[in-house]
Amino acid sequence: MHELSVCHALITQLETLAKAQAANRILDVTLGIGPLSGIEPRLLEQAYPLAAAGTVAEHAQLTIQVSPVRVHCITCGAESEASVSRLVCAQCGDWHTRLISGDELLLLHVELTRETECV
Amino acid sequence: MCDTCGCNVTKGNRHLLAPGGKLEKTSQGAQAITVLKNLLSENDIAAMHNRSHLDRQAVFTINLMSSPGAGKTALLEATIEALGERYRIAVIEGDLETENDAERIRAKGVPAIQITTGTACHLDAHMIHDALHRLNLAAVDILFVENVGNLVCPASFDLGQHRNVTLLSIPEGDDKPAKYPVIFRAADLVGVTKTDLLPVLGDFSMERAKQYVQALANAAPVLEISTRTEAGLQDWLDWVEKALIEYRACCERGESLRPAIQPDGARLHAAVP
Repeated sequence: MHELSVCHALITQLETLAKAQAANRILDVTLGIGPLSGIEPRLLEQAYPLAAAGTVAEHAQLTIQVSPVRVHCITCGAESEASVSRLVCAQCGDWHTRLISGDELLLLHVELTRETECV
Repeated sequence: MCDTCGCNVTKGNRHLLAPGGKLEKTSQGAQAITVLKNLLSENDIAAMHNRSHLDRQAVFTINLMSSPGAGKTALLEATIEALGERYRIAVIEGDLETENDAERIRAKGVPAIQITTGTACHLDAHMIHDALHRLNLAAVDILFVENVGNLVCPASFDLGQHRNVTLLSIPEGDDKPAKYPVIFRAADLVGVTKTDLLPVLGDFSMERAKQYVQALANAAPVLEISTRTEAGLQDWLDWVEKALIEYRACCERGESLRPAIQPDGARLHAAVP
């Protein structure tokens, strides 16, 4: 349910961007979200229209890229895929690892335009 | 995280920006911008502001998280009783409704600010900022932030704290760290509370709980605490004091202290080989 807070923060960023670029409509928004960010992409998609209503981003297409959970093993140096609740090295099985992907919560890319109003 | 030096581009997302990557193409007539900005940057800026606010007065701040009823307030009451004469303690309480917890803390003779979030499931840096202005920070050595009882949402918001503590009570079961990895991964210390219930809830394995925490690549100590029998309480108090000494040493060097795992900053700024 904190996805709505995240959406409000996103809309604030989009409005700032649109203002800086003198755009009045946002067409496309791409987010990068890792499973360990604590944000559920599906809930974010559902919250988005509520937060975007009446803003420049109201009709934007929202795309969410879910990044894989990957760890770097401090013990053996291998890089491997992991799961959210088992961040252990797939090569040697050690738990002394560092996360290299999977906790992102990023606004990656925006497409925006200036539309002239028809009177 | 920063948005100027390109450190937001990591091994994990660089491919998206490369030629032919999913983010390179633009739709016709539209302007495309690559942003790579953290979605919670507004919260994170407020958290940084809080942290410098706290550091100016050397107020060591612990963010205490757990599910509702795991014993956060009871642990704070016991901590105030044990350390209250040596250190000036203050508490920020987060709940959806009521002043109940703040009143329990005030009854121990310690200032407590209650934040009632209404329907919000977590505290954020802005709420903490307002609460900090209601406290006399010059008269505080240790500040505890008792987050809203919830194992999901509080993990995603930096408040400006120096250490994260996540509690897990015996009745919840030993596999909570596996079920709620985000919040247990963020812990600098995991406290297993209500250990006096172990004899009646025999299916809780302390060994398994510790293994689940380790499987999150988290080296945080796992302490066993009962505020009722006071078993293990001293280990917790020792940890708090040791962390406070470490924090004060940081302050003297003009540095701050951050929880071992931060959602973004630490990882992004670490040199990825």
